[in-house]
Amino acid sequence: MVYFLGNETKLGMSRGVAEPKLTAMDAMIDKLTGAIFIFQIVVVIVLGIAGNVWKDTEARKHWYVLYPDEGPWYELLIIPLRFELLCSIMIPISIKVSLDLVKSLYAKFIDWDKQMVDVETATPANATNTAISEDLGQVEYILTDKTGTLTENKMIFKRCCIAGTFFGNENGDAVKDVELLKAINTGSPDAIKFLTVMAICNTVIPIKSPSGIVTYKAQSQDEEALVRAAASMHMDFVNKNANILEINFNGSLIQYEVLDYLEFTSDRKRMSVVVRDCSSNKIILLSKGADEAILPCAYAGFQTKTFYEAVDQYAQMGLRTFCLAWRELNEVEYHDWSLLFKEANSTLVDREWRVAEVCQRLEQDLEILGVAAIEDRLQDGVPEAIETLRKAGINFWMLTGDKQNTAIQIALSCNFVSPEPKGQLLLINGKTEDEVCRNLERVLLTMRITKAEPKDVAFVIDGWALEIALKNYRKAFTELAILSRTAICCRVTPSQKAQLVELLKSCDYRTLAIGDGGNDVRMIQQADIGVGISGREGLQAARAADYSIGKFRFLTRLILVHGRYSYNRTAFLSQYSFYKSLLICFIQIFFSFVSGVSGTSLFNSVSLMAYNVFYTSVPVLVSVLDKDLSEKTVMQHPQILFYCQAGRLLNPTTFAGWFGRALFHAIVVFAITMHSYAFEKSEMEEVSMVALSGCVWLQAFVVTLETNSFTILQHVAIWGNLVVFYIINWIVSALPRSGMYTIMYRLCRQPAYWNTMFLIVAAGMGPVLALKYFRYTYRSSKINILQQAERLGGPILSLGNIEPQPRTLDDTDDRSPLSISQSKNGRSSVFEPLLSDSPSAVRRSFGPGATFDFFQSQSKSSNYPRNKDN
Amino acid sequence: MDQKNKNSKKPVYSKFSQQELPAWKPILTPGWVIASYITIGALFIPIGLLAWTASDSVVEIVDRYDEACVPDDFSKNPQSYIQNPDIKKTCTRSIKVPKKLVAPIFVYYQLENFYQNHRRFVKSKSDKQLRDVKAENDTKFCLPVAYDYDNKPIVPCGLIAWSLFNDTYKISTRGKDISIEKKGIAWKSDAKAKFGSNVYPKNFQKDGLIGGATLDESIPLSEQEDLMVWMRTAALPTFRKLYGKINTDIEAHDTIKVEIQNNYNTYKFGGRKKLVLSTTTWIGGKNDFVGMAYISVGGICLFMAINFILLYVFRPRRLGDPSYLSWNRHPIT
Repeated sequence: MVYFLGNETKLGMSRGVAEPKLTAMDAMIDKLTGAIFIFQIVVVIVLGIAGNVWKDTEARKHWYVLYPDEGPWYELLIIPLRFELLCSIMIPISIKVSLDLVKSLYAKFIDWDKQMVDVETATPANATNTAISEDLGQVEYILTDKTGTLTENKMIFKRCCIAGTFFGNENGDAVKDVELLKAINTGSPDAIKFLTVMAICNTVIPIKSPSGIVTYKAQSQDEEALVRAAASMHMDFVNKNANILEINFNGSLIQYEVLDYLEFTSDRKRMSVVVRDCSSNKIILLSKGADEAILPCAYAGFQTKTFYEAVDQYAQMGLRTFCLAWRELNEVEYHDWSLLFKEANSTLVDREWRVAEVCQRLEQDLEILGVAAIEDRLQDGVPEAIETLRKAGINFWMLTGDKQNTAIQIALSCNFVSPEPKGQLLLINGKTEDEVCRNLERVLLTMRITKAEPKDVAFVIDGWALEIALKNYRKAFTELAILSRTAICCRVTPSQKAQLVELLKSCDYRTLAIGDGGNDVRMIQQADIGVGISGREGLQAARAADYSIGKFRFLTRLILVHGRYSYNRTAFLSQYSFYKSLLICFIQIFFSFVSGVSGTSLFNSVSLMAYNVFYTSVPVLVSVLDKDLSEKTVMQHPQILFYCQAGRLLNPTTFAGWFGRALFHAIVVFAITMHSYAFEKSEMEEVSMVALSGCVWLQAFVVTLETNSFTILQHVAIWGNLVVFYIINWIVSALPRSGMYTIMYRLCRQPAYWNTMFLIVAAGMGPVLALKYFRYTYRSSKINILQQAERLGGPILSLGNIEPQPRTLDDTDDRSPLSISQSKNGRSSVFEPLLSDSPSAVRRSFGPGATFDFFQSQSKSSNYPRNKDN
Repeated sequence: MDQKNKNSKKPVYSKFSQQELPAWKPILTPGWVIASYITIGALFIPIGLLAWTASDSVVEIVDRYDEACVPDDFSKNPQSYIQNPDIKKTCTRSIKVPKKLVAPIFVYYQLENFYQNHRRFVKSKSDKQLRDVKAENDTKFCLPVAYDYDNKPIVPCGLIAWSLFNDTYKISTRGKDISIEKKGIAWKSDAKAKFGSNVYPKNFQKDGLIGGATLDESIPLSEQEDLMVWMRTAALPTFRKLYGKINTDIEAHDTIKVEIQNNYNTYKFGGRKKLVLSTTTWIGGKNDFVGMAYISVGGICLFMAINFILLYVFRPRRLGDPSYLSWNRHPIT
């Protein structure tokens, strides 16, 4: 026996290694830093050469500088190196520290957010990765899992069809259906058989607590739902003792001995158990599985029509269906088969294939008992959340291990795709390369045509076709991926999910993957942002994810509120950091032109250090509280997210604006200082302090102008910072040993100093304010318009409200069947592979052409419901 | 935070943590913007006028003497004149007083194209040595003017002290000498804290290259006010330094005679020397720039305000008009 635990399991092995993530914004900041670095090198080289030329032509005449006539060879380097020292502040080191600080605060805001606490389980949202909040605001694609992410993953047995009779249709709950209870109590054999299969055809282990209450340990939520339902209908699965199962039916104990488990695989899509009834010694095969895997195995002459209808009907309600079947075996038949099964189980080569083949031999001539329908409710607010996010320009891809029809039903019910005629679903499937290729080309053509129309076109692809498409037609598929706003990928494996993420990433899209189960871990790690739902399938996804939330609907808030604010705030903070460094650096450069290009620093080292550490970093740090628009406005107008997605607030153009502002302000500060502190006032320490004060004053007003909402903290930081600036300098000026001794006191007593400050502020801010006002009013961006509307209380707030559209699966009854191209085939069933999204059901991708074909030739009727012609 | 909050996983509710602190959200409405431009204009123009009148009331006499004080024989080669110790450097200038100079009158010397802010120059001093008699060996920043030929430390060391300005002026009017007060021209804080009262000049300008002025070795540095003034380095290549104060008025239309000892060599690098007599007002000496700048900034602000008013009247634009939102025009499905 070989046990695999923890990371050695299939799941653990397929998890992959997480790579450190870098936000698009950080990448942009790095790029801009690179550009500034090149600019710095150019400045240093130009000034270095100019300095050496000036030295050789002019400085030697200035006898008081006492340049030696002949210096060592490296003397040429001294001036460029001096300039390098002066210009090194051009790239703000403080930006890294500031960014780290604010990023951790963004993450804290997510953790603290009361509106993202899942009330049911009291789990707050959690940001594991504190470094990528800005990326949330730039998401372009969301790849979502289905079960447990969009749905609650809380399976409840709702309806059934036993031997042609429908139960649960009236009150919507079969467990409480009087007719069914009557049938059970009267001992209807069909009903009892049906319940027996529900109760014991599974791998569930009942656990009895000391108080006598039985709880179930199940790998699959579906199985647990069936067992629970059976228990509530008096077929109580009470104990499992080695191979003996005990069932308490209406007070009498029935024992079954389990002979064999014919396990579920996602290719067989059914599971069976062989049991021996301990009282009658009869051997029975109990099967349950997908309609397509069970119904064809009925014995010849059995009328399956009603069951097909039942499956169809349930499918339209978005329920997951299981067909339950039964067959009595005789001893000899079982004995022969048992030998074959053991042999198959002990083969080393192709065991899975052999076992499946052997199982196939037993699972035939079945008596179909009925169809059980299980509901997996959509989570609260999922349709609204998806609609809002789609309005925000985010494209949705649904990646699920489920079957096409289930996926489509869920997609329709949660606004993923619009019903016809507005929406259109294009199917890509096929088992051979040719088919897939043809399908792909057809869909691409349709996409290209409908691109101009305001139509909601989505493509649906299944895992098999996806495998072929990714392998052989990657280019065409990539084009399709770019053209399509919505896609549904069904029956995909965890690694395929990751591949799709990679594909979108390779097209330079920001992707967010959201999932709840272990099979989503790869995708979550691969995506730019991974979001885990801390749900029922364990915490694996939530642990691997960058963010974990309790419910899917919190994603809206995570992206539109936290992501958007983070992006806006970082955009301002990073550009401002460059601005203030450039400002002081430009002044140094200008000063070098009046100091004989020798590389003298106008500012002393204490001032330079304090400028970066205190005077300019504190006011900008509180910009983490800045809100350009209120949360409500953003939620009402999610389209505004476009500004973040397109990177409108931080790009080379906006950066050029800040660069220009730094240059302009440096000119203002330098020119005014040098002119008002000329002649007898031009004392080095004083001039330096006047210029520094000018910079600090200007930056206070720049922050003020760029702040959209002032909380008390902002006022304290901006104006308090100015006060602190004076206090610090008074303190330094009080130290006799410092170079600045008495300087600040002197300046503060001079009217000329204050005149200069006001002049610098007015001359520096006047044009900036005028430009901003003009753009704000006459060339306003959408953000500006919404700001104006929000703050003036314009009519806009009443527009564009998203009316809540409560849509649950329950009221799908009275909706006309959604016409999707699929239904032309007349057969549209909802099928859920057992254990599909649960950890044990990770589907392996087989080599081309193997298993599917094998199963088709083996099964009696190979009407495998693939729709080649839609 | 109390224990209960620490243990529960639920987020702590506070206005800060929920980002719900009450906030003032101003927007740039035409009213605000136009009003602030008008206010700035209305404030700046009067201040500018005040500053300009003040500057205008300052009487300033500037006399450039570096070229005029070179005898004609040397005008081709002024350096050989200034470097020749045998030639008398005395030079007399007559200056007309256009307006009455009211005491106190400040006497400055102005140097142009003199880089006191040069990197080699500005650092070349030792604060410790100037302050502390025991630190006379602290000359590491003073090179190349740190030690004399006997390897004894120079006090005060460094290029700044070494290049001390050494022209002198004697002023007389109507045949009467006007005394120039040389006391109290340096910053008091310098005399108290920066220059030691027990530090005396030593080995200064003794051998090797002679730079500027020599210092009286019997007077401590804290009383060498010319040195202190000189050592407050200027940030610009054109600067004025206080030479002394005159405490008597000089009447208008008088002619003052200035006897200059023209010692300082600015000829080598083409620098200029000027003698400046100036009165002072609340903004300091003569400085037309501040007044003019205030008036122009104020004027531009008013001009902006008028433009914005016109724009507002002739091209009104409703703020926050939803029809400007593109998605309201072409709704996204």
